[in-house]
Amino acid sequence: MTKQANEPAYKKRSAYHGALLGGFATLAATLLMMGNISTKDIIKQRVAEDLQASLSQVIPDDLHDNNLLDNQITIQHNNQPVIAYQGIKNKKITAVAYSVSSQGYAGEIVLIMGVNASGEIIAVRVLSHMETPGLGDKIEAEKDNWIFSFDGLSFNKLAEDKWKVKKDGGEFEQFSGATITPRAAIKAIKEGLDMFNQQRQKLLSLKKTEPIKTVKSTSNGDAHE
Amino acid sequence: MSNDYKRITYDGLWSNNVVFSQMLALCPLLAVTGTATNGLGMGLASLVVMVLSGLVISMLRGIITQEVRIPVFVLIIATIVTLVDMSMNAWLHDLYKVLGLFVPLIVTNCAILGRAESFAFKNPVRPSIVDGLMMGLGFTFALVLLGAVREIIGSGTLFANASLLLGDTFSFLELTLIPDYKGFLLMILPPGGFLVLGFLLAAKRVIDQRIPQAKPVSIDAKNDLPDGESAPA
Repeated sequence: MTKQANEPAYKKRSAYHGALLGGFATLAATLLMMGNISTKDIIKQRVAEDLQASLSQVIPDDLHDNNLLDNQITIQHNNQPVIAYQGIKNKKITAVAYSVSSQGYAGEIVLIMGVNASGEIIAVRVLSHMETPGLGDKIEAEKDNWIFSFDGLSFNKLAEDKWKVKKDGGEFEQFSGATITPRAAIKAIKEGLDMFNQQRQKLLSLKKTEPIKTVKSTSNGDAHE
Repeated sequence: MSNDYKRITYDGLWSNNVVFSQMLALCPLLAVTGTATNGLGMGLASLVVMVLSGLVISMLRGIITQEVRIPVFVLIIATIVTLVDMSMNAWLHDLYKVLGLFVPLIVTNCAILGRAESFAFKNPVRPSIVDGLMMGLGFTFALVLLGAVREIIGSGTLFANASLLLGDTFSFLELTLIPDYKGFLLMILPPGGFLVLGFLLAAKRVIDQRIPQAKPVSIDAKNDLPDGESAPA
């Protein structure tokens, strides 16, 4: 507080202020760069582990003997690239997992779903969402059993027009106080299953060793139209 | 000296509490206190940043000048928050998945800038650390209290999902106070936060009036820090 009085004169020059500010900006940038460099790879690894963990929830270990992250294919669906992970056992594809999304109450809801070769949902999990804590977040497996109600379902087992919340005449529970969230999640999952039925052949074919371009053009021909 | 620390502690926890007296940091406060657990997480993360920024700014107070102090504080605080964010993501990844959402929000916490301006810039290192710690604890206390009230009225539980934040040893904290409760949506949404905050502020005033000996202390404290209290917006 008395500091101001006996401050040396050079501190009053604007060059000092400029240098101070510049110095701190440089220091901050250097620190952040160092921080970024030293954490980048570890964070990447953690993110891969997270993906692996959520994949293993939707494709259980007894359905595959490969590393799911290694068998990754990209297909085109409605002109959007979709990344799918294939579970392979004894050189046959047993299941695929891919993420689906839709607009929820407060933002995008991203889910990952695993579907077995006969088109039944194995499991669905939420990857990210911005729904209201305590209400919409019941779509998370840690917080509520709701997401398990999709396990084992397919369009054969539950008619397509029943994929709605009970309020809209469907099969699934809504949450008290939050209908938009489950509605959005159901929509995403239904679309995901729809995509599986349309793209079944591509999703269930092993990646060939030939270049990707030819695979794309041949498969575009037979499955789409 | 020990009297000083006693005053800093009392200031931070009660008489000059970040939320209940300074009315700062209301944005993160209302955003995360839907549950007591979220409040606790946000409070602890802010506490770490408050202590670190108090340490750094009081160390550098000799070379920072009055004229450019605010941009320098902002730089320092933003750097600390970003570094904390990155290191938590890398080395405390499970905790980051729970708290990660809140960490960038700390930058918007004007209380940290407020303490840098009104305390750490004018005091030596050790009191500044203690001040950061106590202000952080006071903030955590306010967040947990507000979160607890909103959670009990809003969803009938207390400390739901605390084990995700603190580990399984703390799962005993998770209580369902009102079984089969239908929930009270308003309390979980931001308006409920304003309502509860209003009642808590009123309650604090009442308590302050009922304890006569508490009053002189808080007046003393205010006189000792004449300019800092109202400066940051």
